[in-house]
Amino acid sequence: MKSITLLSISQNPGRLLPTADQLMRLGRGLILPLVGIFLFLFLWANAAKMIDTSLGQFPGPGQVWEQAANLAAEHQQERQREQDFIARQDVRNAQILTANPQAHVEIRPYTGKPTFLDQVGTSLFTVLSGFILASLIAIPLGILIGLNESAYAAVNPLIQLFKPVSPLAWLPLVTMVVSAVYVSQDPAFSKSFLISMFTVLLCCLWPTVINTAVGVANVSKDLLNVSQVLRLGALPHVFKIIVPASLPLMFTGLRLSLGIAWMVLIAAEMLAQSPGLGKFVWDEFQNGSSNSLGRIMVAVLAIGFIGFLLDRAMLLLQQKVSWDKNAILR
Amino acid sequence: MNKYLQLSEVCIDFPTPKGPFRALDKVSLNIAQGEFVSLIGHSGCGKSTVLNIVAGLHQATSGGVLLEDREVNAPGPERAVVFQNHSLLPWLSAYQNVELAVKQVFRRTKSKAEMRDWIIHNLELVHMTHAMDKRPDEISGGMKQRVGIARALAMEPKVLLMDEPFGALDALTRAHLQDSLMEIHADLGNTVIMITHDVDEAVLLSDRIVMMTNGPAATIGEILQIDLARPRKRVELAGDARYNHFRKEVLAFLYERQRKVEDIGAQKRAPQAASSTRVPLAKQA
Repeated sequence: MKSITLLSISQNPGRLLPTADQLMRLGRGLILPLVGIFLFLFLWANAAKMIDTSLGQFPGPGQVWEQAANLAAEHQQERQREQDFIARQDVRNAQILTANPQAHVEIRPYTGKPTFLDQVGTSLFTVLSGFILASLIAIPLGILIGLNESAYAAVNPLIQLFKPVSPLAWLPLVTMVVSAVYVSQDPAFSKSFLISMFTVLLCCLWPTVINTAVGVANVSKDLLNVSQVLRLGALPHVFKIIVPASLPLMFTGLRLSLGIAWMVLIAAEMLAQSPGLGKFVWDEFQNGSSNSLGRIMVAVLAIGFIGFLLDRAMLLLQQKVSWDKNAILR
Repeated sequence: MNKYLQLSEVCIDFPTPKGPFRALDKVSLNIAQGEFVSLIGHSGCGKSTVLNIVAGLHQATSGGVLLEDREVNAPGPERAVVFQNHSLLPWLSAYQNVELAVKQVFRRTKSKAEMRDWIIHNLELVHMTHAMDKRPDEISGGMKQRVGIARALAMEPKVLLMDEPFGALDALTRAHLQDSLMEIHADLGNTVIMITHDVDEAVLLSDRIVMMTNGPAATIGEILQIDLARPRKRVELAGDARYNHFRKEVLAFLYERQRKVEDIGAQKRAPQAASSTRVPLAKQA
């Protein structure tokens, strides 16, 4: 706020008052969004007072803020406990070793309950793993079917068939397959992580596949002619002409995929009881304390905000790799 | 006559739901090494199709093209194309656009330093070294077309194919680029086939003007030999009787003998007797 005012004054040094045009811009950029947010908070606070549930009154903005602070505090307490535990363990082990240097000491990991922030971290890791793996499959597949009409004709019915499938329908199958196939004495990944990740992967493939294929199929004929006249080989043709030319649509697909991945993940975690934000929401719901609804609302807002940040991050990445710096991206 | 590039009885049919559509019918033309030939005709008469067949981008249904007695059946850098809308890769700078072509053509025969010199040499030919690190969206239409020409020249083509290279430019820029092209042609002696709509451009640049009849089944109507001395200066030629005579010949072909009836709805005239400067087709074949 301060910097904007300073800026507007520095732009017309003769006058201290900002011009009408600057006020308009300030209004559009800052004041209108704030008006929207306050209006929403006002409606929410008033509506919440009128809703009584079996877990008490529906939480308004105030209670939710309180719970957010509680969750942060719990996270710090949990971290403190972990440090205390490790310190105690170290002291105990040291005592044992001074009494008897040959003694076998065990170092046990701390097994506290994951906090809200831990769950956020787990969810982010899962969603990014699933999304990156999906992109590694979807982009080459999209390029292939965009380049080759026969491949497109062969694959398209399958895409159309699997695209609308809800993550919840996949989940039981994924669970059974992962349990059957991933058998190892010393698993590098937990099964719950793999189940959530593969469900995310299966659901977020399609927008990237479809948009990449459309982008590739619509590369301008002129550029294809250039490639032909130069007699570019298959790989240079793909990497020097096709990929850069279809990058904008590829990113449209990637952004849609990441959005879907995030939504799917919460649902999968909830149903599969794998660690993450979805499980947090479900646990709070089952817990049924008077604070539960407020804590769930914190999770809802966090899910929305993280989804927004993920999309912004993709947009930044797109701006970074895009050759068309003039393109308006939103 | 030197038969460097030969088109013999080239016909092309395009498939349509109503059966094949004959776009070109028996186009035969011999072009000598170093010759500058323009193709002129109304829109839709198949000029670009002829060029694309020589480029190898289209396949003739019957007949064929020989370059140095070898059949042309696929695109290749020895028949470089300057496209109408420049067709530069928008994510590469002017230098990189030329580099892509040079790397492809000379990667086995030139060292890195030689390639760099060759790229800069070609950008110098079209006076574009000052903006060689700019991307296509940062330079004007005329400059883009210059880079397109540099890219084509850098392939050291046997035949340079130009598809209305200056069609999208304003008159002043076009004149400037035509002068550049004449200089380059005088220096390098390329064999050039250029498509144009512009009568002045055709007469100014060409050794021969190939005038095409209207489609469907378009073919070569008449061929006009332009034996004006080179170097040609546009201002001096503006008052030159022979220049104006050639101009009139082309205009008469386009607007009297090959008048587009469906556009104008006027009467159709029978072709007039060949004038002295027009080479009868029989001698060409």
